[in-house]
Amino acid sequence: MTIDSVRGAPATPAHAEPDLVQLLTPEGERVEHPDYPLDLSPEEIRGLYRDLVTVRRLDLEAVALTRQGELGIWASLLGQEAAQIGSGRALGDHDMAFPSYREHAVAWCRKVEPLKLLGLFRGVNHGGWDPAEHGFHLYTIVIGSQTLHATGYAMGIQRDGVLGTPSAGATIAYFGDGATSQGDVNESFVFASVFNAPVVFFCQNNQWAISEPLERQSRIPLYKRAQGYGFPGVRVDGNDVLACLAVTRKALEAARTGQGPTLIEAFTYRMGAHTTTDDPTRYRLKTEEEAWKLKDPIERVKAYLVRSDMADQSFFDEIEAEAKAVASDLRKQCLALPDPRPLEMFENVYAERHPLMTEEQEQFAAYLASFEEVSS
Amino acid sequence: MTEVQAMEAGTATTTYALAKALNAGMRKAMEDDPKVLVMGEDVGRLGGVFRVTDGLQKDFGEERVIDTPLAESGIVGTAIGLALRGYRPVVEIQFDGFVFPAADQIITQLAKMRMRSLGALSLPVVVRIPCGGGIGAVEHHSESPENYFTHTAGLRVVACSNPADAYTMIQQSIASPDPVIFFEPKRRYWEKAPVETDPARWLPLHQARVVNPGEHVTVLAYGPSVKTCLEAASAAADEGRSLEVIDLRSLNPLDIGTVVESVNRTGRCVVVHEAPVFSGYGAELAARVTEKCFYRLEAPVLRVGGPSTPYPPSRLEDHYLPDLDRILDAVDRTFAW
Ligand SMILES: Cc1ncc(C[n+]2csc(CCOP(=O)(O)OP(=O)(O)O)c2C)c(N)n1
Repeated sequence: MTIDSVRGAPATPAHAEPDLVQLLTPEGERVEHPDYPLDLSPEEIRGLYRDLVTVRRLDLEAVALTRQGELGIWASLLGQEAAQIGSGRALGDHDMAFPSYREHAVAWCRKVEPLKLLGLFRGVNHGGWDPAEHGFHLYTIVIGSQTLHATGYAMGIQRDGVLGTPSAGATIAYFGDGATSQGDVNESFVFASVFNAPVVFFCQNNQWAISEPLERQSRIPLYKRAQGYGFPGVRVDGNDVLACLAVTRKALEAARTGQGPTLIEAFTYRMGAHTTTDDPTRYRLKTEEEAWKLKDPIERVKAYLVRSDMADQSFFDEIEAEAKAVASDLRKQCLALPDPRPLEMFENVYAERHPLMTEEQEQFAAYLASFEEVSS
Repeated sequence: MTEVQAMEAGTATTTYALAKALNAGMRKAMEDDPKVLVMGEDVGRLGGVFRVTDGLQKDFGEERVIDTPLAESGIVGTAIGLALRGYRPVVEIQFDGFVFPAADQIITQLAKMRMRSLGALSLPVVVRIPCGGGIGAVEHHSESPENYFTHTAGLRVVACSNPADAYTMIQQSIASPDPVIFFEPKRRYWEKAPVETDPARWLPLHQARVVNPGEHVTVLAYGPSVKTCLEAASAAADEGRSLEVIDLRSLNPLDIGTVVESVNRTGRCVVVHEAPVFSGYGAELAARVTEKCFYRLEAPVLRVGGPSTPYPPSRLEDHYLPDLDRILDAVDRTFAW
């Protein structure tokens, strides 16, 4: 029995690459886009390169730590550095980011200590940084939930009456291509649209939701969905850090000045496994990975720096050494991370001391103490 | 009959890991009934993140083993529609903590349609949920949401604890005309045991099973805790105490008869589960046992379970999960009255 479940191909399949905003070609050639002028100093471009190299190195270290049993699991950002650094560096002091669980490079831009990210994956805490201090919310593992939080927070900014002033901020919500299927994400689009909330939806379309390809989530390019909700959508080359920066800057600025939401689809690729427990050989082809390797987000910036005489070998060596030092630091700190005390379980569950919590904590303390007595 | 007894009687035919037993059970159900569908995130080519559906898409095709969009409400909601059209969907929720986006469809729709239609509509949907902790996962991957569903009338809620039950109970659940929430103990997925393939020898789905006969204390458990209770029973036996361990298997409906018969003999009862004790399933058991065995009880019914905190970071889960010592401690306390 054959059932015609996939009828005629849509006009623009989800994976087609139309209208991709690009400022730097995979060969490292600077190109202009009429809607996204970008004027960066050589220093700033070198800074972006430093970020890209550092976060890749940190990510590799975390993968290695997982292989050695130091982390329970890790969601690698390999291949998505430009999307995250570009958008992360577009954020201002008053902006608030709402990540999912792979946004390690955005965290880097928001000055969250890399060690803090490991806590969750090592199993010593569920996050553990102060979101307000960094303008970077806690990681969100339930797919899509954070897009509604970002929208609500943006509605709060709007109510504060600061939009259009220098102290205006916007929010940015990070999520994947798979997440766009969730009800929450669609509901956040509706709220953002009808309330004209200052939120930027930043979808990193890395082509896969674990084993499911983009085509299992959408039959049209994701950025085009925005139109149906009534706000602009734009697709950017997610492996082009300059384009990601320019596009996110513009969307944030629109949000801060009261022009409402934008959906950005950063078209990129997850080079590694979904997480360290995943086996991509079961569902995707080597040739696809190889093709994307040629679009590496770091190599093209390097080529651009060389091509335009903005950096020489000593600069690259210096960055390499620096990244290595950051990673080895992370390794040391990770190994030194202590396990939490068992009684910590009962802390911070409520703001006000809760009698049941106290009772259970005391019972548990007495139970633990009974072992001490036996052994002493 | 316990697995060991089955082995001795020569009736058990194959040894499977629990995940494989589920796979074999679903495969059998799909072979027997072309209306049976499997659907969920990553259930196709990947075979599910725990490989429970491994190979099913290869053998039954993409129309019967459906990789769905990443949308739990969508998965259960469309399964309801498919069931209305005569199919029998077996839905996989990837992890316990991700059933909540689908909670609306399960609680407000799936559970109630038969009654709303005065019995005209039947929704033979199975919602499979890997449950519980002990695998070192990050948050939302180790929860015990059974109570949300046992509290909802119209659903059958079952929990398998071993490969033999996994194999039979999944088939019985698929055959059930009622919606079934099917809990799978994820930290037991890789444990092996013989499987009884002859349906004539299967226990009915709603029936509890005495997995370790004993005299002094009745221990009630289900899902991942059953094995821990069996270990506690053998440790207690070394000290001369005989624990009767009952695997409830079906939480709703509950086979209270088997429980009452046991407690009336032993006079003591300890309930064990991973979910928080406060307002948990153990409270239901304790209340019922107290009501039905009041004059036979030598001690109050005690509960061993998780504290009333969110599931902790994995480095603390050994403290959170009921272990041998905490079970034996509760057993001791029932003798202190
Ligand atoms: C509500 C929910 N369902 C299922 C999962 C399990 N899960 C974790 S990541 C993932 C795929 C996510 O894909 P995508 O949104 O594209 O993001 P990516 O990981 O590719 O960055 C799934 C299904 C989850 N975390 N939350």
